[in-house]
Order: sequence, then C-alpha cells, then structure tokens
Amino acid sequence: MKSIIYHIAGIIILLLSNTTIVLAQTDSTNNNLDELLNEVDKSNTEKEYTSATFKSTRLIVGQSIENVGVGVLDFRISHRFNSIDKGIKDLFGLDGATIRLGLDYGLTKRVTIGIGRSTYDKEIDGYVKYKVLQQTTDNSMPFTLSYVGNIMLQTMNVNIPIGYDYRFSNRLCYSNQLLLARKFSKSFSLQLMPTHIHYNLVDKTSEKNDLIALGIGNRLKLSNRVSLNAEYYYILDNLKLQGTRNALSLGFDIETGGHVFQLYFTNATGMTDRAFIGKTTGQWNKNGIRFGFNISRVFTVKKPKGFENSRNKIY
Amino acid sequence: MKVLNVFLLVLSTHMCMAQKYVGKNGSISFFSETPVENIEAKSTETSSAFDAKTGDLIVQIPIKSFRFEKSLMQEHFNENYMESDKFPKATLKGNIFEAEKIDYKKDASYKVVARGKLTIHGVTKDITVPGTLKVSNGKVSIDAKFNVRCADYDIKIPKLVMVKIAEEIQVTVSSTLSPI
Repeated sequence: MKSIIYHIAGIIILLLSNTTIVLAQTDSTNNNLDELLNEVDKSNTEKEYTSATFKSTRLIVGQSIENVGVGVLDFRISHRFNSIDKGIKDLFGLDGATIRLGLDYGLTKRVTIGIGRSTYDKEIDGYVKYKVLQQTTDNSMPFTLSYVGNIMLQTMNVNIPIGYDYRFSNRLCYSNQLLLARKFSKSFSLQLMPTHIHYNLVDKTSEKNDLIALGIGNRLKLSNRVSLNAEYYYILDNLKLQGTRNALSLGFDIETGGHVFQLYFTNATGMTDRAFIGKTTGQWNKNGIRFGFNISRVFTVKKPKGFENSRNKIY
Repeated sequence: MKVLNVFLLVLSTHMCMAQKYVGKNGSISFFSETPVENIEAKSTETSSAFDAKTGDLIVQIPIKSFRFEKSLMQEHFNENYMESDKFPKATLKGNIFEAEKIDYKKDASYKVVARGKLTIHGVTKDITVPGTLKVSNGKVSIDAKFNVRCADYDIKIPKLVMVKIAEEIQVTVSSTLSPI
C-alpha cells in the first residue's frame, strides 16, 4: 500500500515538474530566440583580422603592411616633381619630374610581389612582401608584422675611367625591411619600419656599404575617404652616406572607387628604398621640398572562388 | 513506473524543443544593377533561428562576411558604406504569418510572408518579405528575395560613384534550419 502511495506521489511530482518545464519552454520561445541565435553565432565565430590599417600598399613613398588582394593586379604610377626652390622660373618644380611605373600582384593573402621601373638612375626594382603576423580584432594578436625584401638594379650609363673594371654587381642594391603596424582605432594607425639597405657600391671608401634606418609612419583618417599620412626615416649620423638627409614625407590619401590618389610633399627624390631612404639630399627647411603623387588602379586578374558565374559586370 | 515517468519527461521536453529551429552558414547575396556596372556580393555566414509555434524568425548576417569579386570594393563596402566596425551585423527580426498552421512533419513547400524589422547600418525599418518555406526531412528551408533602398538605411553614396551603385539593392537569402 505504502509503495503504491509513493509511486502515485512520484508520478504527481514528476508530472508537475514536467508541466513547469513545459511552461518554461513555452515562455522562453517568445523571448529567447535571440539567445539561441547568439549561441549559434558563438560556435560560428572565427578569428577576425583587422582590415584597412592603411588605405594603400604604400604609406607615402615607402611600403605599408597592406597587401594587394589575391589575384589582383595593381598598376601604380608614382610621380615626383622637381624641388620647389627654383620658384616660378621652374613653375615650382612642375617643369621636371621623376616617375616610377609599377605592377604589384597579390599571389596569396599573405604574399604580394611587385616590379617597377624608375626614371631616377634608370632603375629596375622587384620586391616580395610577406605578411608574417596579422592583427586581430579581439587583440589576441595586437599588431601586424610584414617583411619586405627588395632588389634594385640601376641601369644608367656610367663613365668608367680607362683601366677600371665596372662589374654588373656594382649596379645592385638590396634592402630588407620589417613593417610593424597597429591599427589603434578606426582612424589612427601607426607603423614602424626598421630597414637595412646594402649598397654593393658606394661613392667613397669612407662610406659604409650597409645602412640601418628606422622608419616611423602613421595615418589619420580625416573622413571615410581622406586620410592624412606622415612618414619619416631616421638614419644614425655616422651611418649616413655623405651629404644625405633623413627623408620626411607628408601627404593625403584620397580614395575614389577603384582608385587611390596619394598627394604628398617630400624632400626625397627617389622612389625605391635605396634611393629615397638612403640617398635623400633635399632639405625641408631650404625649399628642397618636392610635390608628388601616386595613382593606383587595381584590376582583378583572377576571380576569387565562388564568383565564376557571378553577375558582376562593367559595361 | 519510474521508467515511464522519465520517458514522459524526456518526451515532453523533446516535443517542446522540436518547435524551434536554428541554422547557420545560410547563404545571402546582394545585387546592384545600373547601366554602368553590376555588382554582386555573397556571404555564407547567415545564421537564423525560427520558432514554429509562434512564427518568430531572426536572421542575422555579419556584414564583414560579404565577399566581393574586387577586394578593394569589399574594403570600401566595409569602411565607407556600411561602417561595419560600428555596425557589425544586419538583422531581420520578424514573424512568419500563419506559420503555426504548417505541418512540420510533412514534406511540403509553402508561400509565406514575413513581417518585421530589418536593421542595417544601425537603422531599423519595418519590412514585409514574401518568401518560400520548405519542410523536408524535418528541416525547414527559408528562401526570400527582397529589395533594400540604400537611402532608407542612411547608407551614403558619394555623387562620384552614384552611377555605379543602384538605389535599390536586390537581396537574396537562403537558409536551412534544423530542429534543436
């Protein structure tokens, strides 16, 4: 008898608890779809990388940590006028210019390769940029680190005194660069660029073939489409090549659809690492300033996955 | 007897749970058509939750998950137009009209209408979306196509590129939800 009572009590308790569970369930259906979705999303989240630390693959003259997209070809015209110091006679430098034409291509998400040809010293250059570490939005990786390896070949005519041997290797220079950047906020990014440049041939025996420079640069977004950039390369005095100065550039990035325009002022003449970091002679305080601009236009060479039959079309 | 009770308990809980469905990795694409350029972007990171008993439906998309053919366009989409750092998600919170009348045990396809609020770029608007609800093998698939006006959601398009971006963007959503 007792056991039957226990059983009945047990059933009642369980049924009651069932009902409460059922009630709780119905109640929650109305309110907790949100929570349900959040749980689904939680299991879904991958690490998200910070994007658009800078607008362009070049901070101003030098490299930024930005890569070209995978399968994208970037045609880049870098243009620098003469120094403004000759005044109106030279239309503030606009009468003459040096140009670098370049092609950059995104091999993978992390690797960008590029080639270029500059009028200054008739130079051909090629580089590889590799993104080693990438900043994440959750700050588990607080910065982005890239390596840039550069090789530069000057093809200008050289007056060789009789009896002297001028080897091909004399025309070559190399540079290694680490780019360490952090996007602090939507509008402010900072980058450090320790750089090593090796000159196979220097002008004087007193000069060293290797040069170490420390670059610092930043960008400050003024609006969604315009940013103010600064870039400075510092070289220790005893490592400087004779008569050279640190390169300082200030400019704006202006972005319109598929183009990025970079307008800037600098005291540098060259475009490649060898020339602008190590061999800048202009002075900011003595009208050695030059006006320059970069134009970049991107072309999608290889369609990304999933876009084989896309409706994308330009008429 | 106790075994029966436990069975009842499990059964009742199970029946309640079966009324809710969740889905992830649903696909969404949008299409902008102008005489100058057609632009399409795709994402496969739509997550959704659906309550069959009430008809309540939530669909959520991380804006950054949209992929474009041109990577620069993708960057501009996030940086300039959608401001996805500030507004990381687009959400549809709605109710499917007469969803409770559907027999979720029978494989069939239904024309449905969802009414609710669509939030994009931090702006919420009322919206009515016609679509298809399909039941197959106990799973629920939802397909819908609707238009979104950029101006309604305060998405500013500069004059320079206005000819390339349509005022109304076609959105196509497709998601399969499983019972939980």
